[in-house]
Amino acid sequence: MARIGVFICWCGENISRTVDVVKVAEAMAGVPGVVTSVEYKYMCSDPGQKIMKESIKNDALDGVVVALCSPLMHEKTFRTAAEEAGLNPFLLEVANIREHCSWVHENKEEATKKAIAITRSTVERVRYNLQLKNITVPITARAMVVGGGIAGIQAALDIANGGHEVVLVERTPSIGGHMAGLSETFPTLDCSQCILTPRMVEVARHPKIKLYSYAEVESVSGFVGNFEVKIRKKARSVDTSSCTGCGICQEKCPQKNIASEFEEGLGKRKAIYVPFPQAVPNKPVIDRKHCLYFTKGKCKICEKVCGPKAIRYEQEDEIVEERIGAIVLATGYETLPATFFPEYGGGRYPDVITGLQFERLASASGPTSGELKRPSDGRRPETVVFLSCAGSRDLAKGISYCSKICCMYVAKHAMLYQHKVHGGKAYVFYMDVRASGKNYDEFVRRAIEQDKAIYVRGRVARVYEKEIEGVKKLVVKGADTLLGEQVEIVADMVVLASAVKPSVGAAALAQKVGTPYDQHHFYSEAHPKLRPVESNTAGIFLAGAAQAPKDIPESVADASAAASKVQILFSRKEMERDPYVSMVNSDRCFGCFSCEAVCPYRAISRKEIKNRSGEVLKVVAEVNAGLCQGCGGCIAICRAKACDLAGYTDQQIFSAIRGFNTTSTYEEEVVKK
Amino acid sequence: MSMNMNMKFEPKIMAFVCQWCTYTGADLAGTSRMQYSPYVKIIKLPCTGRIDVQFIVKAFEEGADGVIVSGCHPGDCHYTSGNYYARRRFEMFHELMSFVGVDMRRIQFAWVSAAEGRKWAELVNEVSKRVEELGPFNVFHALREQANELNP
Ligand SMILES: Cc1cc2nc3c(=O)[nH]c(=O)nc-3n(C[C@H](O)[C@H](O)[C@H](O)COP(=O)(O)OP(=O)(O)OC[C@H]3O[C@@H](n4cnc5c(N)ncnc54)[C@H](O)[C@@H]3O)c2cc1C
Repeated sequence: MARIGVFICWCGENISRTVDVVKVAEAMAGVPGVVTSVEYKYMCSDPGQKIMKESIKNDALDGVVVALCSPLMHEKTFRTAAEEAGLNPFLLEVANIREHCSWVHENKEEATKKAIAITRSTVERVRYNLQLKNITVPITARAMVVGGGIAGIQAALDIANGGHEVVLVERTPSIGGHMAGLSETFPTLDCSQCILTPRMVEVARHPKIKLYSYAEVESVSGFVGNFEVKIRKKARSVDTSSCTGCGICQEKCPQKNIASEFEEGLGKRKAIYVPFPQAVPNKPVIDRKHCLYFTKGKCKICEKVCGPKAIRYEQEDEIVEERIGAIVLATGYETLPATFFPEYGGGRYPDVITGLQFERLASASGPTSGELKRPSDGRRPETVVFLSCAGSRDLAKGISYCSKICCMYVAKHAMLYQHKVHGGKAYVFYMDVRASGKNYDEFVRRAIEQDKAIYVRGRVARVYEKEIEGVKKLVVKGADTLLGEQVEIVADMVVLASAVKPSVGAAALAQKVGTPYDQHHFYSEAHPKLRPVESNTAGIFLAGAAQAPKDIPESVADASAAASKVQILFSRKEMERDPYVSMVNSDRCFGCFSCEAVCPYRAISRKEIKNRSGEVLKVVAEVNAGLCQGCGGCIAICRAKACDLAGYTDQQIFSAIRGFNTTSTYEEEVVKK
Repeated sequence: MSMNMNMKFEPKIMAFVCQWCTYTGADLAGTSRMQYSPYVKIIKLPCTGRIDVQFIVKAFEEGADGVIVSGCHPGDCHYTSGNYYARRRFEMFHELMSFVGVDMRRIQFAWVSAAEGRKWAELVNEVSKRVEELGPFNVFHALREQANELNP
């Protein structure tokens, strides 16, 4: 027989004004298994808690119900007190008779009846409460950052400077991301590489950062604090430890007409190459798709000229394993290519380029050394048309959102153009100008007022080529919606502010890591306001443009926020968690794995049951308590009734349901008397 | 169901709610001192995704005249997708119950967020009123008595 104690609180007048607490206590005293039932003016006060604690000891209680305010207020208080008195804290339950009863009902008889029903149901539930223990999981204080753009760099540096090891995984041969290719940056127009390069070097030198460049995440298993990650180091064909980065291989390589990714296709590179002079690591990689040795079987010039003998044609991809406690996803973005816009002649006319290509043309380190020249014939463009919202906020292009950074960089481009081509004309077609950051609107105003950019409100319908006096020009036809007229501009160059999208493979990576993403494949944050850099998966954090279009200051702020979340996690050796996790009865489980399909946390794995001679008898579900968050979805779906949820077992809930009904006899008897 | 001295019908309504949204919303109704009908009693669960349709059947079996199931709004589930699975399951359940002849007005599915104390109070009042009009769920309760007689 159970030995349950019931402790009812008056909460001063808060409960006792509408609930007859004495009657509740009397009613509970008559319930089988209840050995003590008392009320007290303030149960949460020290003397109140003492009453409960002493009763736990003296009456040898094995279950406690405290009837008072919401469990969100004081469940923890009373469970701690119960534990101090020697009772497993999970054998105590709260009956909420304040928020759900005394405060919402005026009629004392009705409120008293309801309080009795609530308390009785809780007593029935507590009979089946199990002794539970908080789950502790050890934490490996090592982080992995995926993506080496400014967001990933900042996150890695912050975590490493906080004293923890970081593994930084970058897919391309160098870190730096898009920022490495930008010319000057809004709203201050400082040179992008000048502010970025020192950080890249710091990453390379940092004793706590292990950089895997030209590498990708192969698989992730485990859970918060305990991830096991496999990383694929793609074959560079160069031994980076003996390579000195002298550059002679690149100089002598005969394959020289390969479109450079870093130059957005506007410049060329060799088959063995360092993507840009400030690359980190500053070691070359052989592009096997274009290398003569790999495609034709002969050449090997790089091997011949390499002093330290660092060329390795036979090198293969290598898989390395790392144990990781937290992961920051900072895989950034890309923009729609010009070819996406046939109506604007993208892909057809070489002088229709994207914003990122314009950055390279305007960059002192770019293919034209910062001089603005047309890609087609190298002429100085006297008139340039910038089209904002190319693809953004355009449902026909499948993109509902605003790319957010374009208004600012278009203004920047118009300014840079004006600084480089004096007297040139810059037109900007726009839908709205969204410049809501600090000093941002002022920046756009400067482009319009000082640098005389001509802003035309409206969309462009079409761009086509026309030869005028022997020169190929681009005719831009659109509408000026403010003047209500059609406009036609004869331009030398058209720059598309093409929409920002998550980087290729973002969704595949999210699936490997087990974290949600939205319909556009941007990673989803756990809460749009209160948890913007956390994902819904414990231990996975987000930074930069991989979560939504973002500019540099926002990406950096995110990265530092994510790093601080990681450090909060790493500040303890192990974590404690509620024990409300799913449990599988392997005798009943017949291995349909419906649970596996509905589990949002990938907490279900398959376990083989073997007989003594090692034959597999059946495969059943197993719950990883570290991953399980206790939603209970697997239980409701389980046809074999093999799963149950600690703290919310079927038995507890059925009993609580019964408890509401059983009250009728008590409530009627007691209330009437 | 229970009848008091003047034989006024006081419906019994059980509410299965998730702890993140609706339970907290009901707390908010309390802290805001909204007054509402006393016939609804709450059973707290981590998520509506935990709700087995058997809980609902059991509630009726144990004398309930009405049932409320309420959780987070679509897209707000603390566990990402629990409310979505719950919804799909209840749609099937709905059809089955209608087929068996249960008056579906006795079962109310709802979304009440942690910020919607007012909505909780209104939901309780609305369901209480409706179930009061429908009267005691005698058909089902009688079934139960028959079953008890068959399998004592
Ligand atoms: C034309 C243009 C001009 C801009 N001008 C400015 C400006 O003046 N000022 C400003 O503040 N912002 C500007 N921006 C925005 C700026 O580029 C971004 O805010 C910033 O680059 C975002 O940094 P990030 O690290 O999040 O992403 P990224 O720079 O995209 O870096 C992501 C990194 O992750 C790597 N990666 C991707 N997927 C994987 C994977 N699966 N595994 C491993 N690595 C991966 C990528 O190779 C890349 O190195 C501009 C943007 C554009 C398009």
